[in-house]
Amino acid sequence: MDTEKPRKAPASSQARRQFLFDSARMACGVSLLGLGVGLYARNATALPPAALRPPGALPEPEFSAACIRCGMCVRDCPYHMLHLAKPEDPMPTGTPYFVARQAPCEMCEDIPCVKACPTSALDHSLKDITKAKMGLAVLVDQETCLNFLGLRCDICYRVCPVLDKAITLAPQSNTRTGAHTLFIPVVHSEHCTGCGLCEKACPTAIAAIKVLPIYVAKGQLSAHYRLGWVEKEKAGGSLVTPDVEHRYHTPEGLKYDHRSGKVVPDMPPSSDAAPPAPALKALQGNKL
Amino acid sequence: MNAPPNRIGAEAIAAKGWLAAHKWLFLRRISQIGILLLFLVGPWFGWWIVKGNLNFSYTLNLLPLTDPYLLAQMLVAGKTPEQLAWIGVAIVVVFYFLVGGRSYCSWVCPVNLVSDLASWLRTRLGLKGGAHLSRSARYWILGMTLVVAAVTGTIAWEMVNPVSMLHRGLFFGVGFAWAVVLAVFLFELFVMRQGWCGRLCPVGAFYSLIGKLSLLRIRLPQREACNDCMDCFAVCPEPQVIRPALKGVDGAGPAILAANCTNCGRCIDVCSKDVFVFGTRFGDKVEKISPSAKRIAPAA
Repeated sequence: MDTEKPRKAPASSQARRQFLFDSARMACGVSLLGLGVGLYARNATALPPAALRPPGALPEPEFSAACIRCGMCVRDCPYHMLHLAKPEDPMPTGTPYFVARQAPCEMCEDIPCVKACPTSALDHSLKDITKAKMGLAVLVDQETCLNFLGLRCDICYRVCPVLDKAITLAPQSNTRTGAHTLFIPVVHSEHCTGCGLCEKACPTAIAAIKVLPIYVAKGQLSAHYRLGWVEKEKAGGSLVTPDVEHRYHTPEGLKYDHRSGKVVPDMPPSSDAAPPAPALKALQGNKL
Repeated sequence: MNAPPNRIGAEAIAAKGWLAAHKWLFLRRISQIGILLLFLVGPWFGWWIVKGNLNFSYTLNLLPLTDPYLLAQMLVAGKTPEQLAWIGVAIVVVFYFLVGGRSYCSWVCPVNLVSDLASWLRTRLGLKGGAHLSRSARYWILGMTLVVAAVTGTIAWEMVNPVSMLHRGLFFGVGFAWAVVLAVFLFELFVMRQGWCGRLCPVGAFYSLIGKLSLLRIRLPQREACNDCMDCFAVCPEPQVIRPALKGVDGAGPAILAANCTNCGRCIDVCSKDVFVFGTRFGDKVEKISPSAKRIAPAA
């Protein structure tokens, strides 16, 4: 054994060198491949705007971690409106999506797609489909929306499954005719599930109302903002100095009338016989 | 003899007859195509025996099966599955622990059909040589996919994995997955025999780890009968696994214990001397017939 040692030592050192060299080569090559895969995966985490996830889907980077790409949600959707992304689609291969304009979510009450999901990719705590947030409908084009043009199309309003909550019609005067009312569809993010029925039903050649991913469609107030009227209601009264009625500096014997927006004589109801003050005529409305 | 004498398995066909010399190949094709058909009758005819794909499937609303490699990537990416997927992964791990991890590769995986076609064509066209790549590369890639999953927080390998791309594509719309599968085919045909399945694929690497100590093994009860025709080496997708058991290298017993044996049974088919059979890993140390057994004596 002793005689063998000096002969073996350089051989094993050679072997060690070879091993280290081979390992380094492999590590470098595989790391390059990994870098490519990683960058590709990172770039594909943002969905294209037309692609919507099924109800209960986790927000985007997390969804790609939890989705096992099995297609169970696709299979259990009774309306067959979900697809799995193909390799050439600009989103993680094999993940489910739908395109509202082609086939929207019909909002099944028992949410079979979520039940079918074997992972947490579709949140199993979602039991009420009206609480889903697949996206947010936005009336993106006021120039082509028929209601904005003065018609009573109202289709988006009428097909909405969360009727009269997610979309309401706000009357507004039609300044073009000067005689009519515009019924403006207004989406309320609190109730909109992003199902896409409105986008699907919009009768214009290209939908004027579209469901967009929430991160695209929704703004957010700065964290320190408070709405005075909300805080007041919560507190049951004003949180700052007590409200006092605003006082206008008007000539003696006159007051500002909020309802008419005009300056009127400040007369106690009892003294209705008294003559109008001399300054009144000069100050009244149009005659100024 | 009909086949030219240099054809792999010609001796076995002469000795056992054509059918017996292709028995395991047939059974394997039945298994591979049968599994594909089980998945396909759903989308084709609406007979939903199996839903899902190889990543996760649900058979008759009774049997969940989860790919453990997918689950491992999900876990390192920071997400957990629901109970059904946990049950599915337990069933799969136990099953492949029993029948050999890489049985998945030769009996289930759809890419095996592509790889086998490339291998067969390569032999028929007499293509030899090609690039060199260590068979350990797959374990490096396996490690890399887990690191990338952890770093990016996504199951990144699924973006490019040809195995699930092909299987999913067959039932959910193939898209450009055919190009990826064609690339695997051409790579194995022209660049490297078993280049994908035997060297790069992390799915197979993961299943080999599950089956490292698995029960079902190729045994060689009559290894003395070997006439060194080399057909088993020529037909085996992982030929390095045969030698220790066949030649008793370093006192190895008559069972193929290497984790990368895919239990495909091709060696059983092509052997005219019936050296190979399916058996268990046990009884490995009964005989030490090899002269090389002496070599380990001083160390012991």
